[in-house]
Amino acid sequence: MRPEVALPVLLPLLSGAISLLFWRSRPVQRFIGIGGNLALLVVSLWLFVGVMEEGYITLEMGGWPAPFGIVLVADVLSAVMVLMTAIIGLLMGIYSLATTGRGHEKFGYYPLMHLLLAGVAGAFLTGDIFNLYVWFEVMLVASFALMILGGERAQMEGAIKYVTLNLLASIIFLTAVGLTYGTVGTLNMADIALRLDAAEHSGMVEVLAVMFMVAFGIKAAAFPLFFWLPASYHTPPVAVSALFAALLTKVGVYSLFRVFTLVFDQSMGYLQDIMLWAAAITMITGVLGAAAQFEFRRILSFHIVSQIGYMLLGLALYTPLAIAGGVFAVLHNMVVKTNLFLISGITHRLLGTYQLKKMGGLYRERPWLAVAFFLSAFSLAGIPPLSGFFAKFVIVRAGIEAEAYVVTGIALAVGFMTLYSMVKLWNEVFWKTLPEDNNVPEDATPGGDDGRLIKPSLGMMYFPVMMLAAATLMIGVFAEPIMQTMNLIGDQLLAPEHYIEAVLGVTPGNEVEWIDQVTAPQDGAQSEGGTP
Amino acid sequence: MEPLMAVAIGILYATAIFMMLRRSIVKLVIGLMLLSNAANLLIFTTAGMTRGAPPLIPEGMSAPVGNVADPLPQAVVLTAIVIAFSVLAFAVVLIRRAYEVVKADDLDKMKETDT
Repeated sequence: MRPEVALPVLLPLLSGAISLLFWRSRPVQRFIGIGGNLALLVVSLWLFVGVMEEGYITLEMGGWPAPFGIVLVADVLSAVMVLMTAIIGLLMGIYSLATTGRGHEKFGYYPLMHLLLAGVAGAFLTGDIFNLYVWFEVMLVASFALMILGGERAQMEGAIKYVTLNLLASIIFLTAVGLTYGTVGTLNMADIALRLDAAEHSGMVEVLAVMFMVAFGIKAAAFPLFFWLPASYHTPPVAVSALFAALLTKVGVYSLFRVFTLVFDQSMGYLQDIMLWAAAITMITGVLGAAAQFEFRRILSFHIVSQIGYMLLGLALYTPLAIAGGVFAVLHNMVVKTNLFLISGITHRLLGTYQLKKMGGLYRERPWLAVAFFLSAFSLAGIPPLSGFFAKFVIVRAGIEAEAYVVTGIALAVGFMTLYSMVKLWNEVFWKTLPEDNNVPEDATPGGDDGRLIKPSLGMMYFPVMMLAAATLMIGVFAEPIMQTMNLIGDQLLAPEHYIEAVLGVTPGNEVEWIDQVTAPQDGAQSEGGTP
Repeated sequence: MEPLMAVAIGILYATAIFMMLRRSIVKLVIGLMLLSNAANLLIFTTAGMTRGAPPLIPEGMSAPVGNVADPLPQAVVLTAIVIAFSVLAFAVVLIRRAYEVVKADDLDKMKETDT
């Protein structure tokens, strides 16, 4: 029994259930919002330390042996992603205390936040493809509800696009899962990988690989499937936007990494070019879209798309170094993008608008906020010694080693254009003097939905921002140990036989006998159940 | 039986996509419903359809005898139906709220958040 694998999923579910019980009591919900996420951080650290020692930790749910029951698997990638989820969850919990209106809290903001974290952690930890679908849906339903809390017109319009395209992706995913089961007769990802390796390589496998790529591509917001993201991410309250920006697209990216290194590793030769160019065009369209915008959160939304391109590039190059760089980019992006959204929330509270034209003068008024923005923005653009530089450096180096010069050149050029976008934000929001037609709210603690002032205010908003700004600096300064972990992830992902061995206990090379042994008792039967 | 099901599922998918491409938000949700039903039927069919052979293990044995139906896709479909049901319940509430706010059953009137 290894409880630490299941706890990152169970704890947020428990916190969500408890805060549902205290539906009418806002103080209790707030307390659980912090306490539950703190507990999640503790168990994630426990899991991370265990995984760093052993490499893989698996837990068979309900005691059913591996290919039959649902199995939770934590390798270094899963553990790192869960740890990041917990850190972001805790900081967002703190930020939410100051920014969430009473109306939102009354209609279940905190239970939904816990449910979202449970879905994300479940998706990172599961080793079963149908279970992955279930966790995706848990996460999606929570995110749907969070997105429309408040019920403004823009939220409704954004939500319709968000809901439709994400449901479409889910159904493509579900169809692909069904066809996979029809093809190989199992849902355990390690088992699918084994059977696909042993089976005749048919056209059906390529079809499945492409279906998974499209489904996860929509979730990850890759070109040409990203249109739901800039249409919806700027509509909900800023704490929700930041949480989505940190976690949701990253789950899609994680699934792409997992499925294409473990299950469809043979199809990569065929899909590599498609993915490479999808990554390149994702980077370009994202950054060009951002250049055309003059609303703080919309610029950031388009930059999410652009950054997804770097992560996909890491996967598409398909060398251990490139994958290490791709995962580094995921971590860096979770820290930096969240922070930029949080800063946009603070500037909105200070200046009362998200429109760049009406903003200004914050460098003089709030120098520390300016420093935090400066660190995050220039980290996003990839200026040394911040975290973004190392993520980009590793990917570019892997690209040159793989002799993919054009795509690498695009990655570098997009870095410059990101810098342009960030300088635009810096000039408009912090550097220029405040335009005279701006009516700045006199009190920096505006009322909630019932008109009363929200008390613990700016300090609570500053704390997560400063923490994340410090994190991007620290990741840059202490890049060496983090890069070692990333290299470990790259090596693990490109050696899926160890994952399979950890899950199924079968040594590579013996898969044919193993499959025979598992399916022997019923000759010709299609049934999976009932084997001893 | 399988070819017939395959044709039916194909028609369901096609109808669903057609409905989703129309401007009305009500038809959009109908399209989503048909799409999830099509996916469920597909899972049910791909695992092979066996008639009248429940996967029961006879007394004293450890595995079922003969060509029995596979219980796993049925469990999977059941889960998928429940999920689809909850998500569609949400979608129906969403389009009602959207209709109240926008006052039109028309996706073309909902593009303020684009670009």
